[in-house]
Formats: sequence, structure tokens, C-alpha cells
Amino acid sequence: MGKDNEMKLTLQSRSVNESFARGAVAMFVSQLDPTVEELADIKTAVSEAVTNCIVHGYKESIGPIYLTVRLTEAGEVIIRIRDKGCGISDIPKAMEPLYTTCETGERAGLGFAVMQSFMDKVKVTSKGGVTVVMKKRLKLREGANG
Amino acid sequence: MTVRIESGEREIVARLSGEIDHHHAGEIRSEIDEAVASAQPAVLVLDFREVTFMDSSGIGLIMGRYKAVAAYGGELVIANISLGLKKVIRLAGLDKLARIEENRK
Repeated sequence: MGKDNEMKLTLQSRSVNESFARGAVAMFVSQLDPTVEELADIKTAVSEAVTNCIVHGYKESIGPIYLTVRLTEAGEVIIRIRDKGCGISDIPKAMEPLYTTCETGERAGLGFAVMQSFMDKVKVTSKGGVTVVMKKRLKLREGANG
Repeated sequence: MTVRIESGEREIVARLSGEIDHHHAGEIRSEIDEAVASAQPAVLVLDFREVTFMDSSGIGLIMGRYKAVAAYGGELVIANISLGLKKVIRLAGLDKLARIEENRK
């Protein structure tokens, strides 16, 4: 294993950036040699968190999404996704599976449920926007990270 | 992301490909809804064979199409989902709303 590593990205809350965000995180995490399933889990969780910033945090407006990914020597992936949007007044309620504020019936209300089921830990705080910190420990394999 | 619509006598098959996220879901939705609204097929098949990524926006897409088809008594079929997508679909309990077909041509 090599040393800890970190990357930071700032994106505008445009839906076209959803695929860029999960793709960029996946490429960065790849240096730890994750399995295909681990990488798919991480991409999906990132997609959910970034979509939340766009759909719920900023709604119709455009604002910054701050994305930080830290890789630890022990093979842990720590992803922090933060917006400066409207925040969440009731976090436990928002995290209930199938709960959604969307009235068109086109949002499943499963964003946080996906994050929780695909990552090991998910922590959500709301103060001047929303911060989501997600952690996943990868199964370490020989030869990873040079 | 593209969706190819094939209309038969009793069924409409929507062949999805690429990545399904919030950005792409709207476009896919309107293409499918347009075809379904005019034909009201007995069966609507959503074929995921060529889908490489899907988050919960895809679940919303499936749930919305289920509602549209169920409203006039039609049936929804989810076909050819990969192992990765299965994880998301199972989480949402969609196997209770729609028939899952593993190896559909």
C-alpha cells in the first residue's frame, strides 16, 4: 500500500455533471484496485449524493458542490459531498426509505437508502447547506496502489 | 443514453442503453410515455440489457412507468437486469410491482 491520498473537486449544480462526478471519483478510487462491485457501489452512492445537491439543495438555482475524496493507507475511501443549498430541516425523516418531497412521483425517495446500503457509513449534517460523509473500506488486494 | 422503442400488437418494448441517472431520466421518461399513452399496450417491457449504470433515478423511472401502465390495467416487465442493477432494484422492492424476466430476447 502507498500513502494516503486526497482529491478535491468543485462542480456547478448542473445535472450534466452527475456522470462526471461519479466518473471522476471512480477513476481516483481505482488506484486502490477495488472490485467491480465496490466501484459500482461507490459510483452509485456518489451519484445519489450529487443528485440530492442538485434536486433538493439548489432546486432551480445553480450553486457549488464541493466533493472531497480521501483514500487511506488502510484502504478506506472517505467521500465528502457538500452544498450550500437550502439544507434539510428533518434529517431522520429525509433519510427514511421512500420518503420524498417530490410530488410528480418520478423520484423514488431512495437516495439515502442507496447510500446507506452501498457504503459502510453515511453521516448527514445540515448547517448552511448539507454535508454528506460516506465511508467504505475496500477489501485490500495484493499489488494495489503500487 | 438512448432509448429505442419497438411497438408490437400487444406490447411495447423500450430498450434502454447507457447510464440512467437524474440527468437522463427525464428524456427517457418522455419518450416511453409518448409511446405508451397513444397505444396503451397490454404489456410494457423495459429492457435493461445495455444499461451500464443506474442509480435511484432509474427506480423512480420504473415506478412512474408502473403507475402509468397500471392505471389502465396494463402490465410492466423489467427485463435483462445485470447483477449490479439488481442490487438497486431489490432495495426498492420493484420485484413486487413488475414481472422480472432474466433472459428475454
